[in-house]
Amino acid sequence: MHIAQYTELICFIILGAVIIIGSLGVVLLNNIVYSAFLLGGVFMSIAGLYLLLNASFVAAAQVLVYVGAVNVLIIFAIMLVNKREELSPIKGLKLRRFISGGVCTCLLGLLIRVNLTTKWNMPGPASIGEGSTVRIGEHLFTDYLLPFELASVLLLMAMIGAIVLARRDVLDTDEEAQEKIKQGIIEQKKQPLLIDQSS
Amino acid sequence: MIETSQGLIPLQAYLILASLLFCIGVWGLINSRNAVRVLMSIELMLNAVNINLMAFSSYLDGSLIRGQVFTVFVITVAAAEAAVGLAILLSLYRNRVTVDMESFNLLKW
Repeated sequence: MHIAQYTELICFIILGAVIIIGSLGVVLLNNIVYSAFLLGGVFMSIAGLYLLLNASFVAAAQVLVYVGAVNVLIIFAIMLVNKREELSPIKGLKLRRFISGGVCTCLLGLLIRVNLTTKWNMPGPASIGEGSTVRIGEHLFTDYLLPFELASVLLLMAMIGAIVLARRDVLDTDEEAQEKIKQGIIEQKKQPLLIDQSS
Repeated sequence: MIETSQGLIPLQAYLILASLLFCIGVWGLINSRNAVRVLMSIELMLNAVNINLMAFSSYLDGSLIRGQVFTVFVITVAAAEAAVGLAILLSLYRNRVTVDMESFNLLKW
């Protein structure tokens, strides 16, 4: 039993280190492609943490949804918008980063203090361990039935919304003059439609 | 498998790990200039919340694992958010030909 507990502790330390270092890399690395792949590693490590917490179903859902769908979507978007562009320097960028870092550190201190000083109701009821998948299914079809159905509606709305937002609207006839439009002009039009107000 | 949740790892270790991940996500959300990286930071923050929910579900609510059900819902909403966010990003990129967050100031007064 001691060996199992120490193995669990070592796994937790390794997974936690991978999560923290990986997320720092996601935020700090200059190349965004590296960030996206590190994000996949972070998601996999979080799935490992879920396995340590006896939640095999949620770990599988994490791998399927986050690594399989969200991360692939992010890499896809990077490949679509990956243009080498020189970012214009901003005044006071270092100062801004420093101040926001201070704010985030204070937030971290606050959260850790809350974590450590709250009297959690330990130990709770015994864990059901491997029966968690069955219990999740019971929850989803009894007392969480309405949120479950709403989630399906939400996913449908997100899917339709994403299609509407991301497709390229090109009409092949002019609506008023009823004439054919030259497609090449629209395709080759590179100038931005909105006025650039950054300068 | 039952006594593993009462093992050597305290609940606070998971909470502190989630707090670290959340703060890294907040810092990245504020400081990223690439819009895709902002979306990645949001995903990091959502995952920090999920770790919290899972730890509470395993340590304090072991018989009725309501935290795990909630985590499934959070994963669903996060997937929808990522899809819509990246679609908005693509449409922005088509109009402004950049993904620099500093140039998206159309709604700034």
